[in-house]
Amino acid sequence: MFGSRVAVNGLSLTVNRGEIFGFLGPNGAGKSTSIKMLLGLVRPTGGNAEVLGTPTGDVDARRQIGFLPEDFRFYDWLTATELLHLHGRLCGMSARRLRTRVPEVLELVGIAQHADRRLRGFSKGMLQRLGLGQALIHEPQIVFLDEPTSGLDPMGRRMVRDVIRAQRDRGATVFLNSHLLSEIEITCDRVAFIKDGEVIANQDLRTSSPEGFHVTAQVGNLPPAAVAQLAGLVRAPRYEGEQLTFGVSSQDVLPEIVRLLVASGADVYRVTPEPLSLEDLFVKLVGEDRGL
Amino acid sequence: MSGIWIMAGVTLREAARRKILWTAMLAAVLLLAIFAVALRFQVLEFEGRPMSPFVRYQVESGMLMIGLYTCDLLAVVMTILTSIDTLAGEISSGTIHAIATKPIARWQILAGKFLGFTAMVTAYVAITFWSTVAVAFVVTGVLPEHPFHGMVLIIAECIVALSVTFLLGTRFSTLTCGVLALGLQGVAFMGGWLEQVSGFSQSTQIVTLGVFSSLIMPSESLWRRAAYEMQTPLAGSLSFSPFANVSIPSMTAVVYAGGYFVFMLGAAMYSLHRRDL
Repeated sequence: MFGSRVAVNGLSLTVNRGEIFGFLGPNGAGKSTSIKMLLGLVRPTGGNAEVLGTPTGDVDARRQIGFLPEDFRFYDWLTATELLHLHGRLCGMSARRLRTRVPEVLELVGIAQHADRRLRGFSKGMLQRLGLGQALIHEPQIVFLDEPTSGLDPMGRRMVRDVIRAQRDRGATVFLNSHLLSEIEITCDRVAFIKDGEVIANQDLRTSSPEGFHVTAQVGNLPPAAVAQLAGLVRAPRYEGEQLTFGVSSQDVLPEIVRLLVASGADVYRVTPEPLSLEDLFVKLVGEDRGL
Repeated sequence: MSGIWIMAGVTLREAARRKILWTAMLAAVLLLAIFAVALRFQVLEFEGRPMSPFVRYQVESGMLMIGLYTCDLLAVVMTILTSIDTLAGEISSGTIHAIATKPIARWQILAGKFLGFTAMVTAYVAITFWSTVAVAFVVTGVLPEHPFHGMVLIIAECIVALSVTFLLGTRFSTLTCGVLALGLQGVAFMGGWLEQVSGFSQSTQIVTLGVFSSLIMPSESLWRRAAYEMQTPLAGSLSFSPFANVSIPSMTAVVYAGGYFVFMLGAAMYSLHRRDL
């Protein structure tokens, strides 16, 4: 519950160690609230959750947790170096370790040249980079990133992608919450879709593309009876002009469909199957009218 | 515990780098300058006419109390204004998310900030208080009766106001928090004056109302106790002034203020611990 409104209800998901997990959903679906519950910032009215085997909110367990809040901001009178020192010390790092770690992190997130500038003069993108830096300063086992590419230019997005992969390579788990489906598609091992506070689908992006293919075919003289016949074999067939579009779950059915078209007397010039993108799946699951 | 010290350190650094403390310090310097000039004019005026040293001492002591009262008011207002945003602002802007997810308990965040502000307020009061005393001594040769007791009570008054501001900051926006904290300070001020009225009014209802106001917000009663400690016995007997000792807050009132502070700080910690961020 969030105030008097139910933000998350019946949310059930498992994130495995060492994977990059994407959390997708439209605005107001409960993504940020879910992250906040996992971090102990918000108390659920019911249910339980564990992070790294300990109940959420456990203070000591936070040594192994990094978090980049959505729209990161901090004391604007600090310099970038001071901010990372402060967060490192809060994570229990020694001043000696921080002397080498802070320049490393500033380099990693691409703001080493602004190390001694105060945050007051930072752009949104620079703040976001610094926010990512504070989430990683103590090399946590799990990193929660809430819209990490928000406000970043294309180079910044690539940097975030590289940083996320580097976390996986060192064995850390990344929990990524984003609207940018293409980013998630490139980066994540697994995704979960959340709508109205409930997980409505899971997808492993390492082993399969999201639910089949979208097929576009150039077909002439297609009789209406053949279109009706197609409806039994494919999803949502549409024929306009000379363009026939439909969806299939596997490319294996395509030869049979071409045979059917030819047998009906149609002229088949071209058949192009395209894997369904995460965006197609997202729209299908969440509904076009909800908006991103 | 180290988290508390880290937060206290960053709070102190914040105070030093933001303009508000230095603005308050500048205000104190201006008031001190006006105070010094006024005192000097008074001394010159006294030198121009025959005057009993006893009366002269009483008047100059009274003027010193005015200076210290100004110093006290400025310290309380500065305490409220500098601390008003520290929790409320960070909660509403989400700045606190990056800290509250670190391995530090929420009560430690609050305790650290509180310690930082306490150190800042203590330094501010010490500087302005002793500067006022020094100016008065240099110009007139007069010293307050128990300056150390007085200073500690003024610092305690600021810390009580700070605990109220912190509690409000865990639940309200910066603006609401500021209005409520200054409003409560107004209640305390009114309570103090109502109790003073008892100097020539026999209305027990007025006194009761004054005591009730002081129970709601006991900061002003700490000042009145400070004034009692610092002024000459004769000055205290002049009934209608902010410094009169017609109804001196007893040690019970001071202990009550201590209990009030502990309750407010504890409630602030609990409130921050329980709320969603």
